[in-house]
Order: sequence, then C-alpha cells, then structure tokens
Amino acid sequence: MIGVELRKLFGRPRTWATIAVLNSLPVLVAALLALTDLAPRPGEGPPFLSAVLTNGALFPLAALAIVLPLFLPIAVAVVSGDAVAGEAQAGTLRYLLARPAGRTRLLVAKLVAVMAFVLVAVVAVAAVGHLLGSLLFEAQPVGGTSVSGTTLTAEQLSGRTLLAIGYVTVSMLGVAAFGLFFSTLTDSPLAAALGALAVLVGSSLLFTLDAASPIAPYLPTRYWLAFVDLFRDPIPWRDVSRGLALQGVYVGVLLAAAWARFSTKDVTS
Amino acid sequence: MSAVLHTSGLAKRYGRVVAVDGIDLDVRAGDVYGFLGANGSGKTTTVRMLLGLVTPTRGEVELLGERMPRAARRVLPRVGALIEGPAFHGHLSGPANLSLLDAAGPGGTRRTRRRRIADVLDQVGLGGVARRPVRAYSLGMRQRLGLGAALLRRPELLVLDEPTNGLDPQGITEIRGLLLDLNRTGTTVFLSSHLLAEVEQLCTRVGVLDRGRLVLRDELAGLTAPTGATVVDTPAPERVRAVLDGRVLSVDGGRVLVRGEDPAEVNARLVAAGVPVFGLAVDRPSLEQVVLAAARTSADRVDAPGRRR
Repeated sequence: MIGVELRKLFGRPRTWATIAVLNSLPVLVAALLALTDLAPRPGEGPPFLSAVLTNGALFPLAALAIVLPLFLPIAVAVVSGDAVAGEAQAGTLRYLLARPAGRTRLLVAKLVAVMAFVLVAVVAVAAVGHLLGSLLFEAQPVGGTSVSGTTLTAEQLSGRTLLAIGYVTVSMLGVAAFGLFFSTLTDSPLAAALGALAVLVGSSLLFTLDAASPIAPYLPTRYWLAFVDLFRDPIPWRDVSRGLALQGVYVGVLLAAAWARFSTKDVTS
Repeated sequence: MSAVLHTSGLAKRYGRVVAVDGIDLDVRAGDVYGFLGANGSGKTTTVRMLLGLVTPTRGEVELLGERMPRAARRVLPRVGALIEGPAFHGHLSGPANLSLLDAAGPGGTRRTRRRRIADVLDQVGLGGVARRPVRAYSLGMRQRLGLGAALLRRPELLVLDEPTNGLDPQGITEIRGLLLDLNRTGTTVFLSSHLLAEVEQLCTRVGVLDRGRLVLRDELAGLTAPTGATVVDTPAPERVRAVLDGRVLSVDGGRVLVRGEDPAEVNARLVAAGVPVFGLAVDRPSLEQVVLAAARTSADRVDAPGRRR
C-alpha cells in the first residue's frame, strides 16, 4: 500500500513540476547574485545570503531560507491537501476503499508518501543549492564561517547542513499534517491546500503582532527559522528543540484528528 | 440456496433526508439480481452501504455470509464493484491503473497480476489498448476498464451500478453477453440500474426501490407472467367483439384484449368466422408497467407542497 502511494506520487509529472518550480526561485536569486555581485548586507535579506558571495558552500542553506517562508509551504500544502481530497475528487477514493485498501492503511500510506515528498523536496532544494553554490560562487570546501564568526571545519559544516535539512523537513511535516487533516474534511483538494495555507499565513501574521505574544510560542511557524541557530557556535538548542516538540505536537494531534475523521466518514464522492 | 448478499432493515438518513428507509434484500448464489429504481431513489446509497463506504444509520449488511463492514478485509477482495461510473488516474494507462488498484489491497497476488490484467482487458474488449493514458479514453472505454477492474480477482459477487452507462448498442450487447457468461460460470451479479430494458434482458430476480423503500421484490418471470389474456391485432375490432361475445376485455384501436390464454384457440375461432387477424400474442405485462404501477412519480421531480399530482 505504501509502495502504491509512493509510485502514484512520484510517478506523477505534477510532483516533479512542483519540485522544479520550487527550485526556480533559488536559481534566479543565485543567477542575479552571480551577475551583479550585489549581496545583501549582513543581517538583511534571507539568512546566509549575505555570506554566499564569499563562500558558495553556504548556498544550500540560503536556498532553504529563500523557499522556507512561502514556496516550500505552498508546495507541501498542495501535495498534502491533494492526498485524500484529490482521490475523492477523481472518484478513485471509493474504488480504493472498496478494493479494500483499509481506511487506516490508506491514511498511513498517504502520510508516508507526503512525508517522502517533503523530504525529497527539501533535499532537492539543498542539492540544487549546493550545485549552484559550487558553480556560480567561490566555494570554500575547507570549512566556513559560522554566523557567530568562528570557523567551522568542512565536516562540521556538512554535518550541520544535514541537521538543518532535517529540521526544515520536520517543520514542513507540520504543514503536511494540516494539509492531510483538511484533506479528509473536504472533497476539494484546492480547499484543503488553501486551508493549510490560511493557517500558515494566519500564524505568520499573528507572530508579528505584539498583542498575540501570549500565543506566539504555540504558532506553527514560530520556530521555522531556528535552523539558523544550528550555524552558531556553540549551537543554542533551545529554539530548535522547542520547534521540534511543537511540530511533534501539531503532527500528532492533527493526524489523530485526520484518522478519527477519515475512519468514520461516509464516502459519497 | 445460500444468501450471497443480505440486508435487513437497512436505512440511511442524511440529516432530515431519509435516503434509504429500511430495506431487506436477499440475493442468492447464482442470481442475476436487478436492483431497479428511479434516479435519486436510494440505489447508489444502498450500493455504498453494501460496500462499506457509507455507514448505515441502522440495519445490517451481510456479504458472502459475513457481516459488513466488520469483515470488509476478508470479503471485499471476493467482490467486484462498479460504483457510480468508473474512475481512474487520467495520466496513467489502463493497465497501470489496474495494477495500482490491484496492489492497493489484499487478495491479488503480484505473481499473477500481469496475467490477470491482460486477461480482463481481453475480456472487456480492451486487449489492444496498450499504453494510452486513460485521459484519452472514450466514455465507453472507461466503462469497459471499470468493468475490467471489477473482474480482476475473479469475484464471486459483482456489484454493478449502471454498468452499461456510456456504451453504444453494440457495447451494451457485448457486456450483457459477458455478464451472462460470468453468471453461467458461477458469478452472482447484483445489477443496479434505472434502465428497465437492461434489467428485463439480464435479470432473474428484481427489487424495485422507490424513495428509499423496496416496493417490489420478486422473480422477474413471476412479475411478467401471462395475464391469461390474448392480444389480437386486427383491422376489424367490432367483428372480434361479435365473434367472441363476452370475452373481449378491452378495445384500443386495432388492439383487442381477449380473455383466454391460448392464442391458437382464439385465432382458430376468429379465422373460422372470417375475421382478418394481423397478429396474436400472449398478454403479459412489461417490466415497465409493473414498475410504474409499483413506484410513484420520479424522485427527481420536486413539486411544491400540496400540489403534488
């Protein structure tokens, strides 16, 4: 069942088109930077971008930081919102359930497929970023500079980059959980994806509002950028671990809700 | 004979709307059961409850002797279904769609999958369809592929909702032949349809659904049994009345209904008296007449309150 869902998702041209579009923004940014040599000043623009002109090895991180606020969540929301509602809209859901695929199994398989997509998308952005960084900028494979100004060895840098990829993936799982949950509520994949995006836009907006500060620690987007902390020296784990815990709670609660909804739902699509 | 499909008091309510109102179905092994009803009479909701897609408000469903939906995982692999038209992933080919669907549940071993897919495609007349994406299929081809998907695991029971939808007359005849062949080799068929002619030509037993209630269930042969009268087609109805005095039940233009179940006897009397006869037939009600008598107005007709005819 999981294999079937993975084959469906990755056998679909749309999935790869989404990943391609996702990478177009970092590519454009890299091209512009390489052509103009005008990097944002430190502390301005997306994290890491100010440093890439001097060290291309940081571009995978800059690429993640570029797509993190909008492009990546949109892609994840679209794919996760499509998971169940897309099958319902196409009419294939009733055949899957009459096959019988088993509702819990189907939901788990959809979840795994969406998680695989998140991982592939994040890794693809990092990989394309790495390629761009080493092609267009002066890469310094022997180590780099941490955000705090100390020097990182090449091993430290690549290790921390992997950690950052993992952290961004977990952050996106929260988005995926919203998308999957909404996907079990409606037969319209568009509505499910927009629902997930509405949550994220709302969360980002509340985060900037002082009046919302009591609930700020619980907003799903609160700790998204904490992956930057992984490149400080020493690493301040507080925000990173809180971010992981928060996403864990969101994923757990939303998946339980999705399961409760889907396992008892009348399938009339 | 054992019940292959059995429901008791099956009902479904959506808010204030009662879609299905306590129906008792009993389909036995070897039947071709016609489940008739107008659009909106609750056929599809019933089919969905049979297959565990919709939870009944009350009542029970048994498929192949086991309670649904509890035994879905054991029972449904032995049931083939076509529910409200076929549905496939448009960007994939027909065989790829069947392969994914087969792999999505129990009871279809991978080893025989390729073979079984080729077999059912031949069976439904799509053997030469190759790698074309389903998006490019005609409505009839999709219907055939849907039927192929239902046949993939040689099911003991076929639950088919409007299986000839979108097929041309040749296709309908072909599919009818296929279903009768399958039935001869032991497949029980539950056919839900609003096409009376289709049911009349295929089914051995029928149930008629009207606004969620089963208003009729019987052997088809019993419903359309001869009425004991003979229909005489003649240009001279008045002379028939003169010859067979007292036996004429009704006259409608050149169509005279005469009491007496033996057309030969009626014919002999008329010919002996020199009455011209164009045609003779045993009078039997059509399924259409039976259904119209049992069911009320079409369910998709919505009259204002108090003004219903």
